[in-house]
Amino acid sequence: MRPAEETAVPVAGAGGDAGAARDRRGRPAILATGLVVAVGVLALTAMASVALGARGVSFGTVIDAFLAPDGSNDHTVIRELRVPRTLLGIGVGATLGLAGALMQSLTRNPLADPGLLGINEGAALGVTLALGLFGLSDPAVYVWFAFGGAALASAAVYALASSGRSGSSPVRLTLAGVAFGMVCTAIASAILRMDSQTFDRMRFWLTGSLAGQTADTLVRLAPFMAAGLVLGLMLARPLNTLALGDDAGKALGVAVNRTRILTGVAVTLLCGAATAAAGPLWFVGLIVPHAVRAVVGPDQRWVLPYSALAAPVLLLAADVAGRLIARPGEVQVGIVWAVIGPPIFIMLARRRRVAAL
Amino acid sequence: MATAPAKGSPQMASRLSGTSLTLAYDQRVVAADLNVSIPDESFTVIIGPNACGKSTLLRALARMLKPRTGAVHLDGSVITALPSKEVARRLGLLPQTSIVPDGITVADLVARGRYPHQRLMRQWSRADERAVSEAMRATDVTELGDRIVDELSGGQRQRVWLAMALAQETPILLLDEPTTFLDISHQIEVLDLCADLHEAGRTMVAVLHDLNQACRYATHLIVMRGGEIVAEGEPRDVVTPELVRQVFDLRCEIIQDPQTATPLIVPEARRRVTASA
Amino acid sequence: MTIRVGSWSVRLAPRALLVGAALIVLACAVTVAALATGEYTVPVPDVVTAVFGQGTPVAEMIVGKLRAPRVVTGLLVGAAFGLSGAIFQSLTRNPLGSPDFIGFTAGASTGGIIAVVAGGSAMTIAGGALAGCVVTAVLVYALAYRGGVQGYRLVLVGIGANALLLAVNSYLLTRANINDAASAGAWLTGSLSGRGWDHARPVALALAVLLPVSAYVSRPMRMIEMGDDAARAMGIRVEAVRAVAIAAGVLLSGVATAAAGPVIFVALAAPQLARRLTRSPGVTMGASALTGAVLLTAADLAAQRLLAPTQLPVGVLTAAIGGTYLALLLRKDRH
Repeated sequence: MRPAEETAVPVAGAGGDAGAARDRRGRPAILATGLVVAVGVLALTAMASVALGARGVSFGTVIDAFLAPDGSNDHTVIRELRVPRTLLGIGVGATLGLAGALMQSLTRNPLADPGLLGINEGAALGVTLALGLFGLSDPAVYVWFAFGGAALASAAVYALASSGRSGSSPVRLTLAGVAFGMVCTAIASAILRMDSQTFDRMRFWLTGSLAGQTADTLVRLAPFMAAGLVLGLMLARPLNTLALGDDAGKALGVAVNRTRILTGVAVTLLCGAATAAAGPLWFVGLIVPHAVRAVVGPDQRWVLPYSALAAPVLLLAADVAGRLIARPGEVQVGIVWAVIGPPIFIMLARRRRVAAL
Repeated sequence: MATAPAKGSPQMASRLSGTSLTLAYDQRVVAADLNVSIPDESFTVIIGPNACGKSTLLRALARMLKPRTGAVHLDGSVITALPSKEVARRLGLLPQTSIVPDGITVADLVARGRYPHQRLMRQWSRADERAVSEAMRATDVTELGDRIVDELSGGQRQRVWLAMALAQETPILLLDEPTTFLDISHQIEVLDLCADLHEAGRTMVAVLHDLNQACRYATHLIVMRGGEIVAEGEPRDVVTPELVRQVFDLRCEIIQDPQTATPLIVPEARRRVTASA
Repeated sequence: MTIRVGSWSVRLAPRALLVGAALIVLACAVTVAALATGEYTVPVPDVVTAVFGQGTPVAEMIVGKLRAPRVVTGLLVGAAFGLSGAIFQSLTRNPLGSPDFIGFTAGASTGGIIAVVAGGSAMTIAGGALAGCVVTAVLVYALAYRGGVQGYRLVLVGIGANALLLAVNSYLLTRANINDAASAGAWLTGSLSGRGWDHARPVALALAVLLPVSAYVSRPMRMIEMGDDAARAMGIRVEAVRAVAIAAGVLLSGVATAAAGPVIFVALAAPQLARRLTRSPGVTMGASALTGAVLLTAADLAAQRLLAPTQLPVGVLTAAIGGTYLALLLRKDRH
């Protein structure tokens, strides 16, 4: 990962300094405006997500459903199904986007992703245990199992990847994550196999889906998501400095271990809550931060909020696409992402730079 | 543009040479239309600033990199047309980076250098045994034989890799920056070893970073910049203040190395400190 | 230890030979146990006589017709997975570089599920699995190719393919009706129950051809573990060796998956276990195959008897093995 902007060496040469300084003064304004625009785009996507689906609804009807609900079928669909689903998508997208950006920054690994590194699978195993084995169905209760699974997964994968003498590398870390994720998935499906009723209920969730969750789930999970988002966004500055390396970070006065642990806590909160809500989703946290960095540069103070805003846009768009392409049925958003994601992942992996990291 | 005339190298006997080489990684062309020949029984050192294409040239000579145009010749044949194992019995390479297999001992690693001499039904001949013990003696790693390579220091490890390349028993040995990551005494140790090997009759080709070390050890110097060979020949004929300025953008004075009478580069000081204090 | 006859010489590691012999004894013991026990216990001497065709009709019926095919399939599939894992771990220079994680097993699953959902027979399912595995491997190889296939790129492209195929698999499962989904799900866990000689034969054939091939390329592969340049300098045609090795590894995991379903983690754990037993640097082909055979048959035996009369699919047990294995890897081992 490139060094953070605030510590980057200015371009040498006459005239360049003044230009760079002006750029730096102008950039935050542009980037801040961009954030506002991103919020607008998210709002529009959310509108589309409420309006579009197996049954298309006009925007007028959508507005009526809020201002003057008449109990009609359309209005019920909008208020009871589409709105909670859309809000869930925003929450899950924001958490996963931020989690991915945090992980990529902390591990200095461009291939880090909550799904690929097995953290979402760990959380999913926790939820499966809670629901399938103990029959705990309150989201605010089983989310703690998700946190436990996610925390265990992050610790195990990190340790696995750095267990060799050659230390951790993107490839090792990714392999360790996939391996751990597969173990979690295998155990989860073994549990589900014992009980065909739970299997039928959970097989959609296990693929990653925004459907089938009630407004109540959202309300129960929202505080955890919010806590994770706030904590994660607060870590931008220390992460910026840590991007220069642990030693440089220490030399510049960052509490390296505290930053690591807090980032781990944030990632656990974010991934656990997102997985409890929508199942283990892959690639959202991988691709969004990459795209964001390409636009706003390596400064985490911008990367983190942009990722948290851009990810729900893309997640909702994929969800709407999944609803439209298979009408009257639908394709789970997890599957849509798993089809979009790998080609981009393979493209990133084919870059020569990854090997050098 | 050569400052010193390339001292008749085309006429010199040369088993290893490259003609009109264009070398490229993917789309990036590193060197174009390069002609080079390695004088037999020389200690040739390739030198130049970072990214001048010196390691690329060495890799091409060792058939690690296929030239886009032109060809590398070994003993008169195009090197890629020869069976690879056959080449490996004549030409060895110590790559810049190698991977130590988990848990391998020094003796096992050095023994792997015998691969080109072995066959399915000739896995460990007496010649193999002799070559390995000689290589380990020459590099002074005999006592480390049963140690795990991972646990050695950087200098010891580099000697072990060198022992592996020696066990290959090739008349030509190419070394890609054999002294990087070593402290000064280990650097000298490795270079002295190379000089001994050269004196025993091998053709040595090395890419080095340090111009003074190159001048001291090389019998034939190839100076590169921007993918071109700027000068070649014996160090004392080639190395001049103009050349150093042209190649490294460094103003310097050249004096005689008090130990070897080879050129010694002394960079010009920006602030002169008067000797009187 | 070196044996020389004239200009011939062969190197043998005494410890590896000893471990190999011990593994064969262990495999025999597990085999006999699996043949003897079950709903109806056949005394061990009767098992032995039945195996050599001299037993009582009842014993021959139970041992030869009912239990032997399953046990033999288990041995062969385990060996194939072990060998395949050894090949890929050497190629990727990583103890986690197993075909389970780089898309090949997932590709075999996709082929298998499509066959299940299409209502195919056991043989169609096996054919679908093999085809899925080979197609995936060709695609992964082509995508990872960039003037040569480097281990890390193979891993990463494989991981991408793995993710995609897992999604396709779950999509197929969610689209299927509940009965198809359940039977495909059972196949996906991997199982040896009801396997007959028809399942064992292709695996035996594949092993007969590919075991010598693997042994032959294992020497150059050991050199490639030291880096492509180092191997090339020794006169190894790195890309050719790698292509042969990948082909062998893919075919092995393909036929194995076709026979028993995607039994994951045997290919992961067997080579490293073998390595630790033989204390050799790098993975060893023969010992990995033997370890795989022992692991899978032992796991299958346990799956049948642990919660008897409930029969667990063997995949559940190998998943447990995989978890244990990862936990073991976490311990920094220094020998």
